[in-house]
Amino acid sequence: MAALDHAAELEKAGANVSSRFGAMLFLARSYPLGAIGAVIMVGFLATALFAGAIASFDPFTINARDSLAPPGGAHMLGADFMGRDVFARIVYGARISLAVALGATLLGSLFGVSVGLMSGFIGGWFDLLVQRLIDIMQSLPLLVMALVMAASLGPSLTNTIIAIAIPLVPSVARVIRSNTLSLREMPYVEAARAVGMSELRIAVSHVLPNTLAPLIVLATAQLGSAILVESALSFLGLGVPEPHPSWGRMLSESAAEYVRTAPWLVIFPGIAISAVVFGTNLLGDAIRDMLDPRQRC
Amino acid sequence: MVEPVAPLLQVEGLTKHFPVKRGVLRRTIGQVRAVDGVSFTIGAGETLGLVGESGCGKTTVGRSLLRLIEPTSGSIRIDGRDITRLSRAELRPFRRQMQIIFQDPFSSLNPRMRAGDIVGEPLKVHGVESKRERRSRVAQLFDRVGLRAAQMDAFPHQFSGGQRQRIGVARALALNPRLIVGDEPVSALDVSIQAQVINLLMDLQRELGLSYLFISHNLAVVEHISHRVAVMYLGRIVEHTDKVTLFTRPLHPYTEALLYAVPVPDPAIKRDKRVVQGDVPSPLNPPPGCHFHPRCPYAEARCKLEAPALREIEPAHFAACHLLNQ
Repeated sequence: MAALDHAAELEKAGANVSSRFGAMLFLARSYPLGAIGAVIMVGFLATALFAGAIASFDPFTINARDSLAPPGGAHMLGADFMGRDVFARIVYGARISLAVALGATLLGSLFGVSVGLMSGFIGGWFDLLVQRLIDIMQSLPLLVMALVMAASLGPSLTNTIIAIAIPLVPSVARVIRSNTLSLREMPYVEAARAVGMSELRIAVSHVLPNTLAPLIVLATAQLGSAILVESALSFLGLGVPEPHPSWGRMLSESAAEYVRTAPWLVIFPGIAISAVVFGTNLLGDAIRDMLDPRQRC
Repeated sequence: MVEPVAPLLQVEGLTKHFPVKRGVLRRTIGQVRAVDGVSFTIGAGETLGLVGESGCGKTTVGRSLLRLIEPTSGSIRIDGRDITRLSRAELRPFRRQMQIIFQDPFSSLNPRMRAGDIVGEPLKVHGVESKRERRSRVAQLFDRVGLRAAQMDAFPHQFSGGQRQRIGVARALALNPRLIVGDEPVSALDVSIQAQVINLLMDLQRELGLSYLFISHNLAVVEHISHRVAVMYLGRIVEHTDKVTLFTRPLHPYTEALLYAVPVPDPAIKRDKRVVQGDVPSPLNPPPGCHFHPRCPYAEARCKLEAPALREIEPAHFAACHLLNQ
């Protein structure tokens, strides 16, 4: 299904598959925007993984002499009011952002898909009940929901991930449910029923793979908003606790006071957030196209 | 013309009413009588054509046979065994006997599965665990329906409409069924491809002794493939006989009108306008008496009051009309 034997397909399309690199080059040429997204995401991942090797300063060291040092000089991207290196904090902050974004999106999607699939497939009273619950959850903004969750769970990385994941569930569940409703009436589902396939197996092998495309688009969009919500939570002291560097908190704690006097405190974390959100969207679109056999060359 | 054979499938009084619900409380405000007391039999190696206008319930009959739709009442027997009330698990062995081919060759194949996996899926469900065994069986099936085994790894969108329908046929054949319900299996195809698929179905019938319930609105196709034909109108069978009799000496006014509606490819032939007027009435509120009376050129007072029963007017020729005498 989703795990595709790309090599044969690519060879047919004229790629040089003798080397893995050749195949990758071919893919990059077919999906140039996706390739840009992939480069951004690889860079993001590498930054998170090898943070220690990339940053020359320690992100936690406070140095009063360097308070609000401008970019250039010893601190490449400047330093914050406590004299901590902005570049190092962005590099280490990638870890937090990555963990929160991936963790919350995966967790939210996992729950959302299960709830949506069950709701659409079982139908009846169960569906009605689940949908009204989702209505209630959706009537609250993502941030407010996350706030309430985070406040009741207490600040920590794991709790932040959970607090952001839960408000993501309703929209995923909605999308999956509406897809399920139309897919379960498809003749190929009837054909599976006619051979005596169990409903659970039909849901997993016929309905689920066909809901992937909208899910990937949604998940990449949520990846971005998860990073943003995490920043808001951290700003309010409900996210990842100090002194761990989080892009969102770097942005929000400096925005009010230093945006005029030390704009680098706002600009660079902002660029980091934008780049990653942009990258996930580009990559997500390309993955959706690649997973759809109809759109493959 | 068909020797009497033991009926493989015996349907009696098949009825399906769909409740119509309205409002917040989902109260039932009416019933759509999609199928209203339909009876027929299909023998081994026999094809029964089921014709009628769209909305007359022919698809519902086909779906009910496979229990894809639960019939409201009536009975469906395979080899004399009543399967109408069997549970899912009890029904499983009977699934091997009956399969279905769908109208739309596009939506009937999962776009994310390879052709070989689609055809092999029934085998997987029915316990052929070994992947090698499945593949060799699927290769045979591909060969049988006129596809190349090399195409097993292709996705549905890489096939043409006719080839896709062949995949659908191969899937239906996978469990060695004895009866295949064809729900307008060629209606969505180009005319040249229709003939190929029809011939494939007929070849398969000869080789494997299959029985078909062939649902269609295309009279020419039905005449070609069927041994017997049943004509449906608004949920009921109005005429039922062997195909030669039906196409040469139709008894029921509706069948007559249907046959007149078939275009003849000769502009010189002038025909009297005996085409039925109006549309099929709503099955939500069917006309009383004979369902056909509002459109029937011969209707009498009695037709508006009494529903005519399906009677044997001539030997092996059944029709439901008050105006016909034995």
